[in-house]
Amino acid sequence: MTDHMHAMIVIAVMGLAVLATRIVPVLIFGRGEKVPEFILYLGRVVPYTAMGLLIVYCLRDMPVLDAPHGLPEIISLTVVTVTYLWKRNTILSVVAGTALYMFLVQSIF
Amino acid sequence: MRKITGKDIRAAFRTSSPIIVTFLVLGIGYGILMEKHGYGPMWSLLSGIIILSGTAQFVSVTMLSSGSVLMAGLTALMISARHIFFSISMIGRYSSEGRRKGYLYYALCDETYAMLSKDDGPEGVNVSNYRLLVTLFDQSAWLTGSFLGGWIGTLLTFDSTGIDFAMTALFTTVFIQQWIDNKCHLPAVLGVTATLACRVIFGRDIFLIPAMIIIIAVLTAARGKIEPAGGESHD
Repeated sequence: MTDHMHAMIVIAVMGLAVLATRIVPVLIFGRGEKVPEFILYLGRVVPYTAMGLLIVYCLRDMPVLDAPHGLPEIISLTVVTVTYLWKRNTILSVVAGTALYMFLVQSIF
Repeated sequence: MRKITGKDIRAAFRTSSPIIVTFLVLGIGYGILMEKHGYGPMWSLLSGIIILSGTAQFVSVTMLSSGSVLMAGLTALMISARHIFFSISMIGRYSSEGRRKGYLYYALCDETYAMLSKDDGPEGVNVSNYRLLVTLFDQSAWLTGSFLGGWIGTLLTFDSTGIDFAMTALFTTVFIQQWIDNKCHLPAVLGVTATLACRVIFGRDIFLIPAMIIIIAVLTAARGKIEPAGGESHD
């Protein structure tokens, strides 16, 4: 029961941390007064930097120097890119890429 | 606040459908992982309601049974620092959301943000209802997936190694679409290169923080160059 208490506390603290990143910026800039032009500019342009940041974040543990040198990721992302450019279907690309990746890391590499 | 129509529901569902599939699959993966660590479906559901961040929740699995609570909180802060950008960039769009604001910001995960920051939904759809429904569908799919995963984990044994890749694949499709939609590729290139450089220089644990500082610095310095192609206009 004591470790369940610990788990509860960890979930609560992590939840508060995540909630803070989502709510605090709004409490500072969202009080009805005009948001500074610079913040609006960031709002327009940051989404286009954020996706690249998230992709690199997702691949942060990819081994570049050691085998398999990120080969499963490169192959699967190539398939995601090619299928998306071909069909523009997010489900198709995500499912195909993920299935291939799971097969590659489980059976090949 | 207008009454929710069938048209709103259909439009939101069409937008959410790829995310629903991804969240169900990822949620099942998370639920199974939790179950294997001794935390059943109710734990996954609880965690999904309170934390509501796939990345933070996956990381939390190894922190639930032991370890520093402070470290867990700081890790969550670090992982979620990107949400500061997401929320700030939605202030303009959400300014007239009234009582729905609290929920929309609380549940603004990466994928919901990716869908709701790019446009206001199809023509003739009530924007406020559309946003609420997309956010609700996405969260429900994540909660349902995690709950199902916890349940499936006890019944089925299959190797879910590599299932996290669905997240990478989704972000990649959004990245490609943004690339196609924009003439100015500087922000996209900046996001990848700055983060990559910081990953190499600062190691796997803290690189997001310096990456974001560099990104903001460069965006500030290159504003004149980027702004004309920065995207749609706001009122």
